[in-house]
Amino acid sequence: MSRAFNRSWIVVMLWLGLFSVATAVQRFPPPQFSEPRELPEPTTPPPRSITMETVDVAVLAAALMLAAWLILKKRRRGWIVALMLFSLGYFGFWRQGCICPIGAIGNVTLAIFDASYALPLTVLAFFLLPLLFTLFFGRVFCGAVCPLGMVQDLVLIRPLRIPAWLESGLRLFAWLYLGLALLMAATASALVICRYDPFVAFFRLGANPQLWIISFSVLAVSLFVGRPYCRFLCPYGVILRQLGRLSKYRVTITPDECIHCRLCEDACPFGAIDKPTVEWPDSQRVKARHRARVLLVLLPVIILLGGWIGFKAAPALARSNAVVRLAERIRLEETGLVADRTDESTAFRTTNRTIENLYTEAEAKQQDFVIGSTLLGGAMGLLCGLTLMRTHICFRRDEYEAHRAGCVACGRCYLSCPREHLRRQRRTDLQPAEPSA
Amino acid sequence: MSDNLTTTRRRFLREGMWGGVLAATTAAGATLAARAKNDRLVWQIDPYKCIACGRCATHCIFTESAVKCVHSYAMCGYCDLCTGYFIPEPKDLTTAAENQLCPTGAIIRTFVEDPYFEYTIVEELCIGCGKCVKGCGAFGNGSLYLQVRHDRCVNCNECAIAAACPSQAFVRVPAEKPYLLKEFK
Ligand code: SF4
Ligand code: SF4
Ligand code: SF4
Ligand code: SF4
Repeated sequence: MSRAFNRSWIVVMLWLGLFSVATAVQRFPPPQFSEPRELPEPTTPPPRSITMETVDVAVLAAALMLAAWLILKKRRRGWIVALMLFSLGYFGFWRQGCICPIGAIGNVTLAIFDASYALPLTVLAFFLLPLLFTLFFGRVFCGAVCPLGMVQDLVLIRPLRIPAWLESGLRLFAWLYLGLALLMAATASALVICRYDPFVAFFRLGANPQLWIISFSVLAVSLFVGRPYCRFLCPYGVILRQLGRLSKYRVTITPDECIHCRLCEDACPFGAIDKPTVEWPDSQRVKARHRARVLLVLLPVIILLGGWIGFKAAPALARSNAVVRLAERIRLEETGLVADRTDESTAFRTTNRTIENLYTEAEAKQQDFVIGSTLLGGAMGLLCGLTLMRTHICFRRDEYEAHRAGCVACGRCYLSCPREHLRRQRRTDLQPAEPSA
Repeated sequence: MSDNLTTTRRRFLREGMWGGVLAATTAAGATLAARAKNDRLVWQIDPYKCIACGRCATHCIFTESAVKCVHSYAMCGYCDLCTGYFIPEPKDLTTAAENQLCPTGAIIRTFVEDPYFEYTIVEELCIGCGKCVKGCGAFGNGSLYLQVRHDRCVNCNECAIAAACPSQAFVRVPAEKPYLLKEFK
């Protein structure tokens, strides 16, 4: 085959200008070498082995067990911090933050809604283990294992106090985030939790500018607000909070009894210590009961309003799905509203899928979004209503207590309790004396 | 007395719910586990869908993308005028940098015998921009194509390139068969 021949081929093709990369054409015959020649093969370096993934699960289980023991039995912040550093090193910097239970929410949801996605067992284990541990021991995962929590916990230098009403208001964002993450995963649009992971940029020492901005902002806020991602955004935290409410064992500030000394009152940087309640005066109680009743009657209205907002937001949310976006673009091109082609539409036109087929799929997706988004809106309405109602209900409490849901089991409050000092004293006294010579 | 009753009732309620939630979690876990695979999925590019748009070079979470060009030698025409190697209308067919399509000079052109040349990718230099892939696919045999290199990829749960890929060419494949290699047909 001569050079001239090769050239003419090119010219012909340039003229035709019709060929795209995606069309697989063998335009030139394989070479006819004068003597047989061994052709090189492309190398295929393998990914990390599945055995190593299983090791990760084992490390997670061990870390959770150790965390439960250190937090509930040993009660030493120093040891807990040591485990925190290990978890941060292993799950964060060594394993580079993937897979984590928070992100696994997306995989599990995807597996439920998309039968063609086979959930890896290790991912499932990562998702379930912290849930089970929380049911038994409270949020020990948040206390000393979660790498995202550890970053925030370790950089906290001057916690600002956040008023309770603001706290419960901001917490709604975490619910919304969880809802959106479920919606996006269920419609196979995106795994948003992973896309906006706050610290993966640090763990991998590399990321796109957007992720770097997210990382540094969350880090900056974490200096002055205790664990902002945990409290106001983390979707897994939302689930753990609810399970923490039921847990068998949990963090108690005092090792035995509360003597109402008030010394632990400000010990928790996450506002998770509840004070004993004072009995409301009768007039206030009547007023509160009245307000709670009004809210209860209004609840359906709030839910409907939320649902309506969700319904209205559906088309915008649906645009996060690539198929919906593509169909929109193709429609514009087909109706002649735009003249140029995007990479997406070019790619679509090289496949032999029909436009009708694409439109049908996009419409089905949009329908899913309408249903999902309306439900999400309604649920958010319900949550807003309940949050409001809760401020008008008086819960009785006689002691200083770590809040079942809010306590992230960091162990900071133990040493503020004089009973804890006594306990430690007793333990040292109980140590056998040095054997005398 | 009534206080005691409330606490007992609350305890009872909590324990009932505890048992219920534990049972539900276990059941859901078992159902999912039955459907789950003791396997791992990794990201790979379907070379027949990829349009070599160039986003692979810029969207990977790593500055040096985990996607690189690979060469299927069996498909290659060993052309003298390789449209994956040379810019359109090159001044002359030499290895001078101004004739090359690859921005980093990652393709080595070696003479085999008249009129055949072999093209080899130097992976350390390749940035996965897909320029050669586009050139080879448009006018050649399509033997140059992009693949996720698994010694570099950390297998993000959501691959940042997959999210940006215009042709939805990124797919999850079993870790045992982690490459989608083009073969001579
Ligand atoms: S709340 Fe979320 S981010 Fe914080 S420690 Fe718990 S799981 Fe991790
Ligand atoms: S262990 Fe104590 S200080 Fe830490 S979160 Fe729980 S209540 Fe707050
Ligand atoms: S982003 Fe998609 S279409 Fe673009 S080069 Fe990468 S695989 Fe190919
Ligand atoms: S999975 Fe992550 S590391 Fe691998 S190619 Fe995609 S973005 Fe890059």
